[in-house]
Amino acid sequence: MTLTQETYGELEEIAARYPEARSGLLPMLHLVQSVEGRITPEGIEACAGILGISAAEVSGVATFYTMYKRKPVGDYLVGVCTNTLCAVMGGDAIFERLKDHLDVGNDETTADGKISLEHVECNAACDYAPVMMVNWEFMDNMTPASAVQLVDDLREGKEVSSTRGPRLCTWREAERVLAGFPDGRVDEGPGAGPASLVGLEIARDNGWTAPDGDGAKAIDSKTEEGKK
Amino acid sequence: MSADISTLTPVLTDIWDAEQSWKLSTYEDRGGYAALKTALGMAPDDIITAVKDSGLRGRGGAGFPTGMKWSFIPQDNPRPKYLVVNADESEPGTCKDIPLMMANPHVLVEGVIISSFAIRANKAFIYIRGEVLHVIRRVQAAVAEAYAAGHLGKDIHGSGYDLDVVVHAGAGAYICGEETALLEGLEGRRGQPRLRPPFPAVAGLYASPTVINNVESIASVPSIIEHGAEWFASMGTEKSKGYGIFSLSGHVTKPGQYEAPLGITLRELIDLAGGMREGHTLKFWTPGGSSTPLLTDEHLDVPLGFEEVVAAGSMLGTRALQLFDDTTCVVRAVLRWTEFYKHESCGKCTPCREGTWWLVQTLAKLENGEGQESDLDLLLDQCDNIFGRSFCALADGAVSPIQSSIKYFREEYLQHLEQGGCPFDPMKSTLFADELEMA
Repeated sequence: MTLTQETYGELEEIAARYPEARSGLLPMLHLVQSVEGRITPEGIEACAGILGISAAEVSGVATFYTMYKRKPVGDYLVGVCTNTLCAVMGGDAIFERLKDHLDVGNDETTADGKISLEHVECNAACDYAPVMMVNWEFMDNMTPASAVQLVDDLREGKEVSSTRGPRLCTWREAERVLAGFPDGRVDEGPGAGPASLVGLEIARDNGWTAPDGDGAKAIDSKTEEGKK
Repeated sequence: MSADISTLTPVLTDIWDAEQSWKLSTYEDRGGYAALKTALGMAPDDIITAVKDSGLRGRGGAGFPTGMKWSFIPQDNPRPKYLVVNADESEPGTCKDIPLMMANPHVLVEGVIISSFAIRANKAFIYIRGEVLHVIRRVQAAVAEAYAAGHLGKDIHGSGYDLDVVVHAGAGAYICGEETALLEGLEGRRGQPRLRPPFPAVAGLYASPTVINNVESIASVPSIIEHGAEWFASMGTEKSKGYGIFSLSGHVTKPGQYEAPLGITLRELIDLAGGMREGHTLKFWTPGGSSTPLLTDEHLDVPLGFEEVVAAGSMLGTRALQLFDDTTCVVRAVLRWTEFYKHESCGKCTPCREGTWWLVQTLAKLENGEGQESDLDLLLDQCDNIFGRSFCALADGAVSPIQSSIKYFREEYLQHLEQGGCPFDPMKSTLFADELEMA
C-alpha cells in the first residue's frame, strides 16, 4: 500500500496543530493505523520525513505505546479488561470463553480477519465491571454469554452499538477519530450510563443539592480569616 | 467544617441526567460559561487567589493545592506558559474523569479557559488517553462548539485574551498519567518520566512554564469562580475542602459515581449504594486506586479526606473505591495488580523495571501454593528495595498492595502454602456467580 498525497497532507495538518511539530507524532501514528491497518515501515518513514527526525526515533515511539500495532488488526479490536477488579468480577472467565470461542490467543486475529482479541488494562469504567472494549467503545456489564453474542454479531456484520455510546465503527475508522478527524457520531448514545447516574438519582430522590451559592457567605463564619 | 457530610452534593454531575447533557446549549441553559464571563473581568492573580482560598487540592491523586501550583508559574519568564489537562485516567479503579468528560465536557472546557487565563497561557492541551473513543469525540466537539461561540480563539468576548485548545489522544500507556511522562508523550516521545527538579512549573512542556492539572481539578474551577471560594470551602473537612466524585466499584449493590463532600466515609457511601452484594461482607478495599494501600472493614469510618486516609495508613488518591467481598482471594487480586505494574513499568529505572518482574515471580509462586513462608519476607525485602528508588511513583504504587495485603492478610498467604494452591473459587466472586451459565 502506498500512502496518498491526501494522507501526507493530513499528517502535516496534524503536526501543524502544535507549537512544535513533533508533538503531533502520537496522533499521526493513529492516522497511519487508520490508513494502513497497522504501523507500517512506510508510515514510520512518512512521519519521520514530515517531522525531520529519524525513522528509528519514530519506531521507538511506536513500540512504546500499546495502541500501536505491528501486525494487521481485524475490523474489530475486542478487548477484555483483566485488571484486578474486572478480572474478579468475571473478566477472566469472559476472556477464557472468548479465546475458546474464537479459537485465538491473546493479541491474535481470527482467520476471517474480523476480530482481534486482546486483554486490556483498566479502562476507567470499573463501575460497569466486567468491561469489554470494542474499538475503544465501552461494552459494559458483560458476561461470558453476552460476550460470545457480541463477537458473533460482529462477525455476522450486524450493527452493534456501545452500551453507552454510538454504533460501532471499524477499528480503522476509530483510529481516524483519535488522529483528530471527527466522524459525526458524537451525538449518538446517552450522556451517561446507568452506573454513572446512581449517585445523582439518590440526590434527586432525597432533594440533596450542593449548598446554595448565595447563602455560602452566611454559612461560613471564617471568611474574614481567609482573606489576604 | 461541614456539619452534614452524609448527603450528596452534585455539582459536576448535576447535568449528567439532562437530555444531550454534552451540548453547549444544554450547558449554557444551566448557567454554563457565566463563570467565564466573571473570570475575564477579574485580574488573573485574583483568580489564583480565589482558587487558593477555596482550598481546592489536586483531584488526580496527589492532592497538591491547585492554586499554589498555579502561583509557582514564574510570570517573569519570557517563554510561553502552557496549561495541560491530565485526562489520562488509568489508575486501576479510577473511573470519574471519563464519565465526566462524556456527560459534561463543557465544564472542563470552561475550566480550561479560566485556568489558562489565570496562569496567562495562550495555549492549552487536553491529553486524553486514547482508549476512550466516545469521550474523545465529546471533548473534541465541545472544544469546537466553544470556538464557534467565541469562548475560545482570538480576543475572547472582547477581553483581548487569546486561547487555543488542542485535544490530544494518547496511545496506551499507564505511565503517561504521571505528569512528566505525559509531557514526553505530548512532545511526541516515549512516555518516560523526567527527573525533577526542574518541576514543570519552571520547565515543563517545551521547557516552558507549565501547569498540569487533573480533569476534575480543572472542572471544579468554574464553580469556585461562580459561587466563591467560601462556598467551596464550606464543604469538606478542615484540610480537604470541597466536593469530589467518589467512584464505587466491585461487590457493592449499586456501583457508580457519588459526588459528595470530602470527608464522607466508606460506611456512608456503602449505605447509599445499597450495601454490599447480598449475603456477603466487605473484605478489603482501595481508597484511591490500586496504588493506595489496601484497607479493610476496620476502616469503614475513616473520613475520606487527604490527611485522614494517610493517618489510617493509606492515601485518598483518586477516590477510586474498589470493594472486594469475602469471596475474593487477596493474593490473586494483588498478583494481578503486580502484573499490571510490571507491564506498565516504562523501563527507565532499574529498581522498577527489574523489581516489578521479581515481585510477579515471587507472588505467582505464593498464589500457586508453591512458595514457602520465608517468601513473604523476601517479598517485603523486594518491596523495600523498590520503594523510593525510581524517578516516579509507579514502583512505589506497585509495592502498596503487596505490603498492605501482607499486613492484613498474612494468614491467607499462608493458607495458599498449606493447601498447595488458592483456596478460593474464582467463579464465586464474579457478577454472574448465581447464573451458572452454560457454554
